[in-house]
Amino acid sequence: MSIEEIQNEIIDEFSMFEDWEERYQYMIDLGKELPLIDDQYKTDNNIIKGCQSKVWVHAEMKDDKVEFTADSDAIITKGIIAILIRVFSNQRPKDIIDADTDFIDKIGLKEHLSPTRANGLVSMVKQLKMYAIAYQTQLK
Amino acid sequence: MFNVQDIRKDFPILSRKVNGKPLVYFDNAATSQTPKQVIDAIADYYSNYNANIHRGVHTLSQEATDLYEQSREKIRAHFNAQFTHEIIFTSGTTHGINLVANGFSALLKKDDEIIVSALEHHSNIVPWQMLCDCTGAILKVIPMNEEGELLMDEFDKLLSENTKLVFVNHISNALGTINPIEYIIEKAHAVGAAVLIDGAQSCPHIKPDVQKLDVDFYVASAHKMCGPTGVGMLYGKEEWLKKLPPYQGGGEMIAEVTFEKTTYADLPHKFEAGTPNICGGIVFGTAIDYMNQIGFDAIANYENELLQYATKKLLEIEGLKIYGTSKHKTSVISFNLDGIHPYDVGTILDKMGIAVRTGHHCAQPIMDFYKIPGTVRASFAFYNTKEEIDALVEGVKKAKMMLS
Repeated sequence: MSIEEIQNEIIDEFSMFEDWEERYQYMIDLGKELPLIDDQYKTDNNIIKGCQSKVWVHAEMKDDKVEFTADSDAIITKGIIAILIRVFSNQRPKDIIDADTDFIDKIGLKEHLSPTRANGLVSMVKQLKMYAIAYQTQLK
Repeated sequence: MFNVQDIRKDFPILSRKVNGKPLVYFDNAATSQTPKQVIDAIADYYSNYNANIHRGVHTLSQEATDLYEQSREKIRAHFNAQFTHEIIFTSGTTHGINLVANGFSALLKKDDEIIVSALEHHSNIVPWQMLCDCTGAILKVIPMNEEGELLMDEFDKLLSENTKLVFVNHISNALGTINPIEYIIEKAHAVGAAVLIDGAQSCPHIKPDVQKLDVDFYVASAHKMCGPTGVGMLYGKEEWLKKLPPYQGGGEMIAEVTFEKTTYADLPHKFEAGTPNICGGIVFGTAIDYMNQIGFDAIANYENELLQYATKKLLEIEGLKIYGTSKHKTSVISFNLDGIHPYDVGTILDKMGIAVRTGHHCAQPIMDFYKIPGTVRASFAFYNTKEEIDALVEGVKKAKMMLS
């Protein structure tokens, strides 16, 4: 599926929730299910320090596509990471570079991607794109 | 008579909704809310008196200057300083600390010792580390115990004739512990060291008497005590303020300027370069009047009631741990739920209209001591109610249910 198709699928899923509690419970459950980043990659090199929560990101190139794994010490942050990974992982570098994150607004989680939130997520999205740019350069 | 429902009517913001729920504001240790008396005074200043001060010959400037200086006198009276010129207007507590730290860079030499506590806000750590970097002075730390109290016998051991300065907060922002500053001041003076007390967290709850304390420097922010942001005060004993060199150069702080030599203005203007926050300075006085009208004894009694009530109710929640359990503390509760990140708890509470602070509270050494990433901090003011605490308790229970 393309990034856009996945984003639309997520928007559809979230449209079924009636209130914030259902949305957040879903995210928390996603956070719990997120496959953990391999311990060997949970290093200081891969850490994105937010003031509030920490995020770890690791990227690998597999068959022209970038595979991301990530983790956080806060479960709601982890839930949003799970959504971002679902959108951006296993995609071609160029598609990752071109993609936007407006869908986060549409599923009512905009505040979590605010630069002032200091949870590491804004930096995480930047980091995903940086990895994509790096791999794109290698492809050329 | 203290009547919280009447007091709440003074605070327009307390009747707004957040995320569809009535706002429960428990982030008072970060900033207090503003009563309409202060909001009105701000509007009154800009509607009727706005002018630059201290140098205008025209009436507006005279009137604005009078209001500004009257406010300085109100602040003097509130803190019971001996002289009005011992009160320096600052942009806030951080500015006051930096002013003093910068001044001491001219007075310290290599291997002089200065003492901080383990309970400090970063703003009472970093300026002193910078001072050590440029002077070669040595920073020593008073350790704390599990209850969040400073160890006074360890403090005694740190003191020596090399000690030049001791700086601690009156009350810890992260835990609410009231530190034994009377003891600290007495012991520091006995070895000839000066003492700076960071009063950012104490001034909203108690009325410090700087002469009785015999403290050398005391700093505070208006915005923690019902005033606006961007203004605060530094009290310094006259002898110390005369000894310290100016912090910033500019207009207002000079007596005479030539390219050969500039002489500085007398206190307090020596430390007040540039156009100050005039409106802020004036309404700082209004905020102090407002709090004194309610009365600091009444405030302390009521807030203690809230603290006891909230502590009891929160501890009924299984797996909830409170950090900072000193008998001497103000209405601050720092806590965590077992196995749950404070950021998650704060996020769920926000959805329920409850404003708390989460994270390290600019006091990372305290979090390192407890080996935690941060806490959820609920801090109560005199305009909060037991019903709001009930809402917090329900919110925490819900957060626990959703996040476990």
